[in-house]
Amino acid sequence: MIKTDILIIGAGPTGLFAVFEAGLLQLKCHIIDALPMPGGQLSELYPKKPIYDIPGFPEVLAGDLVNNLMEQIKPFSPGFTLGERAEKIEKQSDGSFIVTTDKGTAHHTKVVAIAGGLGSFEPKKPPIEGIESWEDKGVSYMIKDPEVYRNKKVLIAGGGDSALDWTIFLADVASEVTLVHRRSEFRGALDSVEKVQALKNSAKINLITPAEVIGLAGDTQLNKAFIQKAGEEAPIELSVDAFIPLFGLSPKLGPIGAWGLEIEKNAIVVDNTLDYMTNIPGVYAIGDVNTYPGKLKLILCGFHEATLMCQSAYGRIFPDKRYVMKYTTVGGVTGFDGTKKEAPKAVVKKIE
Amino acid sequence: MAQDIEVTIVDRAGHSHTVKAPTDMNMNLMELVRSYELAPEGTIGICGGMAMCASCQCYVTSPHDLNPMSEEEEAMLSEAFYVQDNSRLGCQLPITAVMEGLEVTLAPEE
Repeated sequence: MIKTDILIIGAGPTGLFAVFEAGLLQLKCHIIDALPMPGGQLSELYPKKPIYDIPGFPEVLAGDLVNNLMEQIKPFSPGFTLGERAEKIEKQSDGSFIVTTDKGTAHHTKVVAIAGGLGSFEPKKPPIEGIESWEDKGVSYMIKDPEVYRNKKVLIAGGGDSALDWTIFLADVASEVTLVHRRSEFRGALDSVEKVQALKNSAKINLITPAEVIGLAGDTQLNKAFIQKAGEEAPIELSVDAFIPLFGLSPKLGPIGAWGLEIEKNAIVVDNTLDYMTNIPGVYAIGDVNTYPGKLKLILCGFHEATLMCQSAYGRIFPDKRYVMKYTTVGGVTGFDGTKKEAPKAVVKKIE
Repeated sequence: MAQDIEVTIVDRAGHSHTVKAPTDMNMNLMELVRSYELAPEGTIGICGGMAMCASCQCYVTSPHDLNPMSEEEEAMLSEAFYVQDNSRLGCQLPITAVMEGLEVTLAPEE
C-alpha cells in the first residue's frame, strides 16, 4: 500500500504546486490522475496555448508551465499514480483515509486534497442508439491492448489525431480497417494525414467520408455497423468485429461525486476561504474543482488555495508542533532527495 | 458606453430567455449563457472558449449573418455530436451589434 501525508487527486497545476507548498512543511505528497501524464487540462486540452495571467510570467505556454512546475516540485519527490481514477474513499478509525483507484491501487493518507479541476477526462460516447449495450462486446472508446484486434474487422470513427494514429497502427494488425469521419478533412499531424492517405491509396484501409456511423447490430457480439454517407439514401451495411469511436475526452466529476461531499454547480462546496476544507474533515478541495462565494477558476487562485490548504493540513497532521511560515529566500528549499537550494550569502568585507 | 442588444437563448430544457447582452465587454455567446447561468457550470465552456470542446454548441435559428467559421471551429464541430447545418460554437461568436434579435438554441450536453 502506498503511504503518504497528503494524497492529491489531480495532477493539474494546482495539484502540482500543492506538492511544493507541502514540501516546505516537510509533508510528503502522492498524486493520482486519470490521465497518463501530469498537467491536467493544460496537457490534455491546450499544451501549445499561451497563458498571460501567471504572476511573473508575461506569457507562458501551458505545456511549459507544467514542465516548470514538475521541475519546481522535483526536490520533494512526489509519488504518482497516473492513468488511474480515484474511485473509493474509506475513513479509518484514526482519522486517516484509504483511497483506492479503479485499478485497485490503494493509498493510505493522513489528508486528502482534491484538485480535480473539472473532473477526470473520460472518452466521449457518440449518441448512437443502443451503443451502451455493445460496450465490451465489440465497442470500446479507447484502445488498451491493440493485440485484441489482430485479424479482426475494425471500424474507427473520428477525425482527430487518435483516430488517424490508430488507423495507421491497426492497418498492420487487423484484417480490415475502416475509418469513418463526418468530413473529408482531418485534424491531425500532417505526417499522420499523409500516412492515412497512402494507406487508402494502396487499399490497405477503407475510408468512408463524409459519413457517420448511425447504427450497430449483432447477436452476442457486435457484427454489423450501419454507416450513412452524406447525400446517399440508404446506409452502408458493414460487417465488423469491433467499433472504436474516438471523439476525444471530456471531463466528468465521476466517482468523487458520490463520496458524500457537498456538490453545487458540478463543484465541491468548501464554503470558506480559510483552508478550503470540505464537509468531510480531512478532505480538502482546491482549484477549479471547488466553489465558494466569489470563486474564480484561475490557475493563480488555485496556487493560493493550495498554499492555505497545506498550512491547515500541517495543523491537522501535527496538532502539537510549533511552526512558523518561512520565506524560501530566507529558509531555502531543502528537498527530500537531499538537494538544498538557498540564497547566496552576502559578502561582508572591509574596504581599505 | 455602447447600447446593449437583446438575444434570445433557448436552454437545454426548452425554456426561452430573452436577455440583454453588452457589445463592448469583449464577450462571446458562450460567456453570455454563463453570465445568466442558463446552463449549469461545468456543462458549458469547459475548455474556456478555445474551440477545443463542443460544450457551447448551439443552433442559430434566426437568419442573422454571423462571422464565418474558423478552421478550428469547423474541425471541432466535425467531431461533435448532435451537429446540424446551423450549429455554431458559442465561444466563437463575439457579441456585436449585428446580433440584435439573435435567436439560438443550446445543443444537448454530450
